[in-house]
Amino acid sequence: MKMIVCVKQVLDPEAPPTKFKIDPNAYNVLMPSDAAPVLSPFDEQAVEAALRIKDANGGTISVISLGANLQRDVVKKPLSMGADELILLEDPAYVDGDSWSTGYALAAAIKKLGQFDLIFCGRQAADSDSGQVGAAIAEILGLTQVTVARKVEVMDGKVRVERVTADGYETIEAALPALITVSNELGEPRYATIKGIIEAKRKEPIVWKPGDIGLDTFKIGAAGSRTRMVKVYQPVHVSKCEMVAGANEEDAGKNLAKKMAEARLL
Amino acid sequence: MENKGVMIFAEVTDGKLSPITRELLGAGRKLANDLGEELSAIIAGSGVVSTAAKIAAGVTDKVYVVDDPLLKDYCTEAYAAVVEKVCQIAHPRILLMGHTTIGSDLAPRAAFRMGTAAKTDCIALDIDDMNKQLLVTKPIFGGNALAVFTMETFPQVATIRVKSMTTQAVESTGKGEIIEVALGLDPAAVKTTVLQKVVAENEGVKLEDASVIITGGRGMGGPEGFKQLEELAKLLKGAVGASRPACDNGWVKDIMQIGLTGKIVSPDVYIAVAVSGTTQHLAGCSGARNIIAINKDPDANIFTEARFGVVGDWKKVLPGFEAEVKKLMGK
Ligand SMILES: Cc1cc2nc3c(=O)[nH]c(=O)nc-3n(C[C@H](O)[C@H](O)[C@H](O)COP(=O)(O)OP(=O)(O)OC[C@H]3O[C@@H](n4cnc5c(N)ncnc54)[C@H](O)[C@@H]3O)c2cc1C
Ligand SMILES: Nc1ncnc2c1ncn2[C@@H]1O[C@H](COP(=O)(O)O)[C@@H](O)[C@H]1O
Repeated sequence: MKMIVCVKQVLDPEAPPTKFKIDPNAYNVLMPSDAAPVLSPFDEQAVEAALRIKDANGGTISVISLGANLQRDVVKKPLSMGADELILLEDPAYVDGDSWSTGYALAAAIKKLGQFDLIFCGRQAADSDSGQVGAAIAEILGLTQVTVARKVEVMDGKVRVERVTADGYETIEAALPALITVSNELGEPRYATIKGIIEAKRKEPIVWKPGDIGLDTFKIGAAGSRTRMVKVYQPVHVSKCEMVAGANEEDAGKNLAKKMAEARLL
Repeated sequence: MENKGVMIFAEVTDGKLSPITRELLGAGRKLANDLGEELSAIIAGSGVVSTAAKIAAGVTDKVYVVDDPLLKDYCTEAYAAVVEKVCQIAHPRILLMGHTTIGSDLAPRAAFRMGTAAKTDCIALDIDDMNKQLLVTKPIFGGNALAVFTMETFPQVATIRVKSMTTQAVESTGKGEIIEVALGLDPAAVKTTVLQKVVAENEGVKLEDASVIITGGRGMGGPEGFKQLEELAKLLKGAVGASRPACDNGWVKDIMQIGLTGKIVSPDVYIAVAVSGTTQHLAGCSGARNIIAINKDPDANIFTEARFGVVGDWKKVLPGFEAEVKKLMGK
């Protein structure tokens, strides 16, 4: 099995909402909070999905990440979990794109990597919350896509995917090669092993500039986008919470019921 | 050819229009009126002609039907081919889908196939008076920011977050025309086979329909706490929901997850117990008319969204609450 996983570095989505700030003067520039960047959580699960297939069927895993100022300790995490190589599309020309121009560049890198059986993405990046880059790659490479997977297995040369639905899941079978997007229902990604961390330290990522993968800069990043951000703002919340107390916690519970009854909420 | 009109992608469940389709029809009609252009719908599947007739007689001007046994189960590539074909015939300016299991998968793929772009999980739609462009509002960074986007290619494709558009009573035009589109789908275009569909049944009231929801978070500490929430839910004729960690830890079923990547709910009363109130969680419940929060941390973000709050340990607060509720209900 030759597998490819696309991972994105994002601002920590679990940082407290109060830390999150937008620069109002810069119009559509999002100011990084002081929280350290992380891999988008679903992308770690995408790495885990590939590792489970590697465990069961054997194979290799190439990880690709596109961006600028990619923190090596962040993007190397899949290597320490057990992935084999890391390719970085790191150049200012790649960034500020939309799903299309990002997918376009990733697809070009995947083409350069050659033959593959499976591509994994996260179901959505924790910053864009978009869930489209996988579809862009699949469309460009003419691949079957199955999104929002909770389980992925390869058997008899086919991929079998449990896809999360609103009221459960469905099992879908497709021929290889295919592109799968992964959701948190897959389960926790594994921890890096000590051996993995040491190996990851030694492995240097391969960096491809746009020219290395035959890309014209006007087709990637902001220049290649088909969508445009017109405005960005932070919703303001005016707290109107009435705190209900009591002689003790149990009593506070009683008082809450009374309050709710008064407000006709029971 | 100039792109004109608003088109919605209709979804059908058990032979009926799914709730999101009614939302799309309402939102689509409003945009069409703003533009002074037509509203059309596309409906695809196997045996969907009679449902199509209902939509046609309802609020649309045209309904494009693609009825083919090969479309019985959803398959991305086959459905993308349907959307592409219908858009080649109808040239809509705007194409709307629900941000559902199907819509969130189909919209980007179909958009890219047509050489255009989509924005997903939008919560508001407007027309720019200057140039008739669609402006979509979409939460990003888990809801920490709202962004307004426009697409520079046609059709402008957007998926709409469930329950974000008020379902206005849609007045019947009675003049909708049904146009059957013969796709001549190649069986080879159906790239996926659905082997089985598993429905994880929940006893009692469905989360989507419940008027009272009691949600437990990571602070419940295990499955036992959820038994107490079940009891309370029965008493209040409501349903039990969960934050993602409670699902990820296997304390409750995955389908009970509320939030950005779970269910979107809008009950009258949403009682959040030991839930911190991250933006990703609030994305699923901020449509509730009244949020009640019980949390031991007075600074928990959930209180900023709540109408009533109690600071305390749920293990002590809930028994008092339950006893009083029983008393008030005369039980
Ligand atoms: C892209 C993305 C999508 C996501 N989608 C979702 C989603 O759909 N739904 C979702 O829920 N999350 C989602 N998350 C995860 C989200 O970021 C948070 O991790 C999650 O919502 C936190 O759940 P919680 O409030 O239960 O846990 P925590 O944040 O850990 O909060 C637990 C709370 O319990 C309180 N507590 C602890 N013990 C007690 C006690 N004895 N009595 C009273 N209070 C107590 C604590 O004070 C705390 O406030 C998503 C994350 C990402 C990145
Ligand atoms: N800059 C990037 N580098 C690598 N992979 C990416 C990048 N952006 C998006 N992806 C992949 O595409 C998925 C969906 O992203 P999005 O469409 O932005 O929500 C992510 O979970 C990643 O797997």
